[in-house]
Amino acid sequence: MNVELSRRAFLLTAGAGVAGTALGAFGFADIEAAHAAAIRPFKLVNTAETRNTCPYCSVACGVIMYSKGNLRKGEQAEITHIEGDTDHPTNRGTLCPKGSALLGFVKSPTRLQHPMVRKPGSDKFEPIAWKDALDRIARLMKDDRDKNFVAKNNDGVTVNRWLTTGFLAASASTNETAFATYKVVRSTGILAFDNQARV
Amino acid sequence: MTNSWTDIRNTDLVVIMGGNAAEAHPCGFKWVTEAKANRGAKLIVIDPRFTRSASVSDLYAPIRQGTDIAFLLGLINHCIQNNKVQWDYVKAFTNATYVVKDGFTYKDGLFSGYDEAKRDYDKSTWDYDIGPDGFAVVDATMANPRCVWNLLKNHVAVYTPEMVERICGTPKERFLKVAEMVAETSSPDKAMTSMYALGWTQHSKGSQNIRAMAMLQLVLGNIGIRGGGMNALRGHSNIQGLTDLGLMSNLLPGYLTVPTQKEPDLAAYMSTRGFKPLRPNQMSYWQNYKKFFVSFQKSMWGDAATPENDFAYEYLPKLDVPGYDLLRTFELMHQGKMNGYFCQGFNPLQAAPNKKKVIESLSKLKFLVIMDPLDTETGRFWENHGPYNDVDPTKIQTEVYQLPSTCFAEDDGSLVNSGRWLQWHWAGGTPPGEAKRDTWIMAQLYLRLKDLCTKEGGAFPDPIVKLNWPYADPGDPKAEELAQEINGRALARVTDTADPTKVLAEAGKLLPSFAALRDDGSTACGCWIYSGCFNENGNNMARRDTSDPDDAGFYSKWAFSWPANRRILYNRASADLTGKPWDPSRKVVEWDGQKWSGYDVPDITPTAKPDQVGPFIMNPEGVSRLFTRGMMRDGPFPAHYEPFESPIVNPVAPKVRGNPAARVFEGDMAQFAEAGSKEFPYAATSYRLTEHFHFWTKHVIVNAVIQPEFFVEISEQLAAEKGITKGGWVRVWSKRGSVVAKAMVTKRIRPLTCDGKTIHIVGIPLHWGFTGAAKKGFGPNMLTPFVGDANIETPEYKAFLVNIEPAPGPVA
Amino acid sequence: MFPPLPNPSTTGTATRLSEKDLVRRSASTVPAPEQKLTEVAKLIDVSKCIGCKACQTACIEWNDTHPEVGVFAGAFENPPDLTPDMFTLMRYSEWDNPETNELEWLIRKDGCMHCADPGCLKACPAPGAIVQYSNGIVDFVHENCIGCGYCIKGCPFNIPRISKVDHTAYKCTLCSDRVAVGQGPACAKACPTQAIVFGTKDEMKGWAAKRVEDLKSRGFVNAGLYDPPGVGGTHVMYVLHHADQPEIYSGLPKDPRISPLVEAWKGVTKYAGLTIMGVAAGVGLLHHLIMGPNRVTAADEEHAEELTEGDSHGRR
Repeated sequence: MNVELSRRAFLLTAGAGVAGTALGAFGFADIEAAHAAAIRPFKLVNTAETRNTCPYCSVACGVIMYSKGNLRKGEQAEITHIEGDTDHPTNRGTLCPKGSALLGFVKSPTRLQHPMVRKPGSDKFEPIAWKDALDRIARLMKDDRDKNFVAKNNDGVTVNRWLTTGFLAASASTNETAFATYKVVRSTGILAFDNQARV
Repeated sequence: MTNSWTDIRNTDLVVIMGGNAAEAHPCGFKWVTEAKANRGAKLIVIDPRFTRSASVSDLYAPIRQGTDIAFLLGLINHCIQNNKVQWDYVKAFTNATYVVKDGFTYKDGLFSGYDEAKRDYDKSTWDYDIGPDGFAVVDATMANPRCVWNLLKNHVAVYTPEMVERICGTPKERFLKVAEMVAETSSPDKAMTSMYALGWTQHSKGSQNIRAMAMLQLVLGNIGIRGGGMNALRGHSNIQGLTDLGLMSNLLPGYLTVPTQKEPDLAAYMSTRGFKPLRPNQMSYWQNYKKFFVSFQKSMWGDAATPENDFAYEYLPKLDVPGYDLLRTFELMHQGKMNGYFCQGFNPLQAAPNKKKVIESLSKLKFLVIMDPLDTETGRFWENHGPYNDVDPTKIQTEVYQLPSTCFAEDDGSLVNSGRWLQWHWAGGTPPGEAKRDTWIMAQLYLRLKDLCTKEGGAFPDPIVKLNWPYADPGDPKAEELAQEINGRALARVTDTADPTKVLAEAGKLLPSFAALRDDGSTACGCWIYSGCFNENGNNMARRDTSDPDDAGFYSKWAFSWPANRRILYNRASADLTGKPWDPSRKVVEWDGQKWSGYDVPDITPTAKPDQVGPFIMNPEGVSRLFTRGMMRDGPFPAHYEPFESPIVNPVAPKVRGNPAARVFEGDMAQFAEAGSKEFPYAATSYRLTEHFHFWTKHVIVNAVIQPEFFVEISEQLAAEKGITKGGWVRVWSKRGSVVAKAMVTKRIRPLTCDGKTIHIVGIPLHWGFTGAAKKGFGPNMLTPFVGDANIETPEYKAFLVNIEPAPGPVA
Repeated sequence: MFPPLPNPSTTGTATRLSEKDLVRRSASTVPAPEQKLTEVAKLIDVSKCIGCKACQTACIEWNDTHPEVGVFAGAFENPPDLTPDMFTLMRYSEWDNPETNELEWLIRKDGCMHCADPGCLKACPAPGAIVQYSNGIVDFVHENCIGCGYCIKGCPFNIPRISKVDHTAYKCTLCSDRVAVGQGPACAKACPTQAIVFGTKDEMKGWAAKRVEDLKSRGFVNAGLYDPPGVGGTHVMYVLHHADQPEIYSGLPKDPRISPLVEAWKGVTKYAGLTIMGVAAGVGLLHHLIMGPNRVTAADEEHAEELTEGDSHGRR
């Protein structure tokens, strides 16, 4: 990494040239403020940084998320910019056209924000409280499982499977989410269990 | 990937076939450009389309989609005919010398044992001759005509350059140029890497496409070495992890398998799994299967899993079919045999083949639950969107829940990249609205279900009620808690088997690695291959040390790589039979007379002697397989089969339609166009574009800006023939559905000549739907056939037949 | 690998690019800087470019622009042209090489070249609307811009675009805000294959020479660096596999030059000096107050036409 450290030093002086240290110190006097406005203030100043990995393809590029507010200090945090993490061995700070626009995924106008239900035959979603939605889903699961659980097959072998409900797991959730999901789904006897590896 | 993204820098030749790395994995492709710039490496791209990968290649060869096996077996044939084989490697590290049983045959496209009615094989002849000592018979001289090498030589002989041209449409001269460049890497100091993705898997013989290249790589001695390998470029950020963790119908974590109903107890289950070595002194690592399995059961059911109850073996469901994969599940749904369905971050209305069938299937459910950060089409399958989703909501009785989940930016945890690196990430933003982490949602559902089971009883409640749920806040497990559970913990003191005075882990402590797992219930481990990821040294997945000795590309202190932090699988094969690297400039590990050491964690015991223990420790042979015995449903060697919908009849096996062992559901066969169909004369394929990620980034305004609208790609010749103009509207239809799109008329797709016939190709990108910021559009799954790979049921998205004509635009 | 651009710092770093570093200011003069900055440059290696458009999305995200979702018009260029909200654009050209009979897909990132001798600045009648720093960056100052469009006419590469929202001209700033704090442009940081690299101009020329050598070894005998002397060289340069035919790369001009008329116009402003500057600024303000933002008059348009160079390479 020595090459890169010297590179950082270089870039700092390249902005300022041979007089870098002197110029770097002075900032702007009032009289110059109008002209200084030609250059946008650096927008990441005083943001909080968080390391993450891109959720799209399996290159798993390192990214840095910049936010107003710091989640680790218990604050509300709004992500304002995302760019590649130069320290990451694979992507070395680069990002593809999807990764470079990750902020737009986090802030997509079509991100879901509230639980919704669409009733049979209805042509619209309606809001529902988390508690009510979860209660109802658990009830539906339990009833279907009780009714259709196969404890033994025709040969009398214990098979303990539940085939009338299925679960499709994600492709970008964490290992930890995957394991929690695995435990719950497997414990019910569901076999129609698949992920996105095929498609 | 057997290797890693950063290792690609070490290659001399990159072959991109069955994928399009520059577009689908641009930042990984960086290492291709680095190898080119720094080592003078060459890039070959073999694809029906001149892709953006091809635009920076040294050699591009066109190929008709669905004919990769003919091309690859043609390459193997070329290497054998021209003696471009790394003989020492092949003899020592593959089963080339193994003698195959009498009775194994291949004729007219079929291997011995075929049952046409079942579309399946009796595989009993697909095996080695086993000697009186219980070991496989080998003939080191390879004089025996029944040894694998001679069978292979005969099997590939039909794939001459002329036959390759006839099947694939690749001009003979072009094929030979590829063959010469590839064959050069048979030299021990040259490496070739194979980069592939869904361009190989999404075929009715996808697994065999990959095997064919793996066999070529073994013939060339390119597996286990730096800059070599079989490098599957996974499509999604954690599909490697989800698969490793067994989120599939027939898997338990770490590639253990779900029991079948023929295995009523643990003894029966184990009888077919703990493979004994097929040759003397081999490691056959699956001999440890029971340790992995019992530790998994302990992580699932804790104290309820005891030696007396076979470690809760009966809590696991038992399969009656090979698996309830996505296609089978939708088939059952279509038959009205399913009531409930959950989609966690998965959008099958766009992702599953034959969209019409998918809509009909979802409409028969009682309830559907969506957990997603985005407003998916699946969540709105009941909503009318004109031609894009032409349904009548009043006729659909499915109750649909749409639950908002967090995205990567709001969640801690680890993802596994293609190179098997488990990398930890941290939440940095507050979730929008009421969005919740998936772990919270699953925990909340589980606690309610448990509560109902406890109160009401009902069908076999035990596996639910007794599920091990040891989290500080049971309603909201933390990522670290789950990661530790995956890594595994000692439930009692674990000592070294060779030296009982040496304690590997005290009771309650995290396990150092899977070497500490036991089959007596004294260890719990969620996923054995990940063990070591979060041990008493801390969260190894969060390591960020970028050191890389000698710029070798390993980055062994960055994150954690499964298994055991190994960065190149089969790395022992990078050295010869005396333990010296085949190429000193490409050292991975080497034998110093006492032990193995080097840049990477060796895959065999560090003290295992190089002339005894083979590098392929997961195989009971200790060597790799050019002939796979009965492991594959459709043959121990790959063979060329046409796609189920093909513009020509199979030139090498005219009587065989599609892959003879691929599963086809009743009714679906009638929905395939016949070979050489006049009604559907054009060979279509579907794919990603670099501007988008699957069906997600159409929700991102910026990505919608740079690629806003659905289109199809055709050649200038087809456009002229059909009167289609650049940017004009066309209708494309198959036997299953129809789409309207704009036309991209391009020189990058050119007609091919196969079996004397001109074949036009229609390219169909997959990124559009009816939700999000981009223009509404159709997906290729309106058109694609409902059939999958014979082994793993990946749908045949890459090769099917369509027709095309100019059309008025869609009426919204 | 060229050393990657470092991660940005989030602590308040004073900007290191200021009025004192100006070497040119449109329709006005600046004192010669006491110290000249090292010249920087962005090198675009067309032979490594995979046309992924990461540069475009990184540019949109960094500069907070809001291009509209358009339609597919038969080509990969999206948006179809540079806009006030899209400072850089990948242009694609399918070219049958007559010598090899091979198809080549030539993909070029288009955008401001940051000419050493900037035609836009010289054509600009609004004092201080266009400035050039001694490190080579040519930047637009929007509050001084009157939206007349002369910069477009003066640009041999047809780059600036006038916003319909605020009626001022926009183009690539070479991420002057990032360069000012020791960073490189967002596109260069993002570029997956390092087809875009950023450093001093000398460093870039040296790197380009290595790339040209590699290309020649692969049979591209005419590979070379594009740093056109007609505009005094540029601070955005290309490595081309066919440097003898830049025009095959979606019309990259073979020999871009500033029109002699622009040179003449520049002479006038220099001569008139501060008085004209004051008038022009005053008129601009008045114009803005009365007419709303910057409607270009017929006379302006006519004058601009005169400034246009006859050679139409680079115009589409």
